Amino acid sequence: MSAEGQPAIGPLLTVGQLTKLFGTFAACNGIDLDIKPGEIHALLGENGAGKSTLVKMLFGVLAPTSGEIVWQGQPVRIASPSAARKLGIGMVFQHFSLFEALTVAENIALSMAPGISLSRIAEEASALSHSYGLPLDPKAHVADLSVGERQRIEIVRALLQNPKLIILDEPTSVLTPQEADRLFETLNKLKAEGRSVLYISHRLEEVQRICDRATVLRHGKVTGACDPRRETPSSLARMMVGSDVAHVSAEGTSTKGAVKLEARHLSASARTPFAVALKNICLKVHAGEVLAIAGVAGNGQGELFDALSGEYPAATDDVVRIADKPVGTRGINARRLMGAGFVPEERHGHAAVSALSLSDNLVLARSQSDRRAFLGGGVLGLIRQDAVKRATRRISEAMDVRKSGENPPAGSLSGGNLQKFIVGRELDRQPMVLVVNQPTWGVDAGAASRIRQALVDLAKSGSAVLVISQDLDEIFEVATEIAVISEGRLSDIYPAAELSREKIGLLMGGMYGKTETAETAHAH
Amino acid sequence: MGIFEAILLTVITAATPLVLAAVGELVTERSGVLNLGVEGMMIMGAACAFIATQMTGSPYVGILAGIASGALFSLLFGFLTLTLVANQVATGLALTILGLGVSGMIGEAYVGQSGIKLPQIVFPVLSDIPFLGALLFKQDLIFYLSIAVVVGVNWFLFRSRAGLKLRSVGDSHASAHALGINVIRMRYLAVMFGGACAGLAGAQLSLVYTPQWVENMSAGRGWIALALVVFASWRPWRVVAGGYLFGAVSISQLHAQAFGIGIPSQFLSALPYLATIVVLILISHNRRTTLINTPASLGKPFVPDR
Repeated sequence: MSAEGQPAIGPLLTVGQLTKLFGTFAACNGIDLDIKPGEIHALLGENGAGKSTLVKMLFGVLAPTSGEIVWQGQPVRIASPSAARKLGIGMVFQHFSLFEALTVAENIALSMAPGISLSRIAEEASALSHSYGLPLDPKAHVADLSVGERQRIEIVRALLQNPKLIILDEPTSVLTPQEADRLFETLNKLKAEGRSVLYISHRLEEVQRICDRATVLRHGKVTGACDPRRETPSSLARMMVGSDVAHVSAEGTSTKGAVKLEARHLSASARTPFAVALKNICLKVHAGEVLAIAGVAGNGQGELFDALSGEYPAATDDVVRIADKPVGTRGINARRLMGAGFVPEERHGHAAVSALSLSDNLVLARSQSDRRAFLGGGVLGLIRQDAVKRATRRISEAMDVRKSGENPPAGSLSGGNLQKFIVGRELDRQPMVLVVNQPTWGVDAGAASRIRQALVDLAKSGSAVLVISQDLDEIFEVATEIAVISEGRLSDIYPAAELSREKIGLLMGGMYGKTETAETAHAH
Repeated sequence: MGIFEAILLTVITAATPLVLAAVGELVTERSGVLNLGVEGMMIMGAACAFIATQMTGSPYVGILAGIASGALFSLLFGFLTLTLVANQVATGLALTILGLGVSGMIGEAYVGQSGIKLPQIVFPVLSDIPFLGALLFKQDLIFYLSIAVVVGVNWFLFRSRAGLKLRSVGDSHASAHALGINVIRMRYLAVMFGGACAGLAGAQLSLVYTPQWVENMSAGRGWIALALVVFASWRPWRVVAGGYLFGAVSISQLHAQAFGIGIPSQFLSALPYLATIVVLILISHNRRTTLINTPASLGKPFVPDR
């Protein structure tokens, strides 16, 4: 690795043989890494490759089991985040470490030296955020801000410490393409100032666009160190995944049948102060079609799913129709009995009960729709364990679910494998209508391509599929039609071939209802 | 002194222990810890304050003993829930049962003894103000302390950096930990402050309200204080409003019962609870502000993943 060429200037940070064990599991196994001053260094890897564990050690959140960290030529022990900050390391977390109940200024104050007054922090934060093109209102409550704005707080908070190294953990996963562009401009500004950036991502295109060097991790080990601009996306992907990822083929899904799922002027008020109201949503999904709904998180995706699945039924029957029958006020089981299947976003606690076995989870989801197959004893409704176990095995085989033991608790599966099981649980019924929210969120590339192919195949076999997703790559892989949700409103539906990423980005930014929400924001 | 003034004085005496215990619990809950043992810490404070006063002859030593016993008793809760990560609800309930039992045992020899009432502290000029003077400036030390604690807590929570840290720990302990705040230490301090306040509230019962020791003399006030915190949506001044309203209605219903108004006495006895709940619900009807003030990690155990 040292053959990479001796740098003219000494590295800012060098990591040698860094290892972190959780029990006997090595989350990081002998990692070597060096970051030069004024470079944007990418840390590439799949979910679970050990990226987050590594940066948590660099930021003092986790203590390494063995190995060394050298900062500006001096070996250091980073015992806590405040020690890391003192050295000059700033961090922007993937799952923001913000306090929703506090204001922007209060959030920033928490990571500053205690002597400075809140009003001065507010002033400085406001000035700094404007100079980097990331405007912020210091008095706003975090709970009221969009995800992009929340990320700005994190970045401004890190920058106020005047760090030499800024670590960004998957920063663009929650941003629109336009917001991401603005972030890249900021990063280039930081680089021009001589600061270093450690940029964690699994998006190859961005890494090639902005990063000078890349270190690739897989299963806790370094599998490559390279200049991403000299690599191709597929060579980078091979380093990340270890093998070529199956390409999802959406060919042959063009035949359109009758309308199977329809929403007519569907509106729903926000159930909680932080939820989004649905406004006059109209959509049609035909048999043989995959309609993908794009949008930045928190724009009403969860609420739309709840209304379509019947988890929170609507006030009138006519606003949701399955196979041309009004079902708006019916519950989730009634809709399942009509041939619909639903996969919600949260795997744990929503789609599955983590502590129960896979077969129990299967019974919970399908005891009504497949009563005859799974329950016996007439009104007693005794569970037919044999039939349920057989179905569990069938689903696991069909979706290639990798698990320890025959029938383990759902919580013991990795995210990707549990997601495959949950999607497979619905596909096993051959549903006429399938509604899926964020089908591959936080899932490794192999499992994701498997799930996407299964969704495409279901549509090919004549079902109507609706996919709600934040991932544009996924949307372009599976969709035949695309719509965008923004602030609880749905755009028109476009054929997938006619939409560009830029157009989707504009729709995500909310060409809908912008003036109206600005007014309501002032009314608070 | 007119009748009205006399009634108001008893209202203040009835409300002070509620306000003290509730503000202490408010700080505990703002740090994300739900301590249901307020009643137990209060009765321990009452017993220890009375015993210390009888032994030394000084009610001021009694006050210190009340505060110390409440804080020590809450330390037991802190050790079980924060260090050993026991269930907070179950531990809090156990603390109440334990406190009622232990206080009854150590106080047994003192039942029926007449105590020493905490003397009034009279502010020379201010106490001559008509009406208000006698109410506000001719009171005992614990009343003055209760006001100071409320003002102090309000300033601490919403103006000081340490208070901001405490609120952040209650909102999201994982994020607070990631920022390098010592979550466990912060919670220990908040729990002990809550215990000290509950102990002081207990001392008020056995040194001011009825200067003697009676088993179970806290009579459910710890539970009312707990409810006040929630209905006041974790805002100190709302706790004061709720506490004084509760005191006012319970005293006036006693007078109403004495006058023999034709309303069933059971209804009158329930009135303080009803009135307090209704008023505090009306105050906190704005769901958004309530949500912003509710400590999001209340009752959730914190184990740093190291």
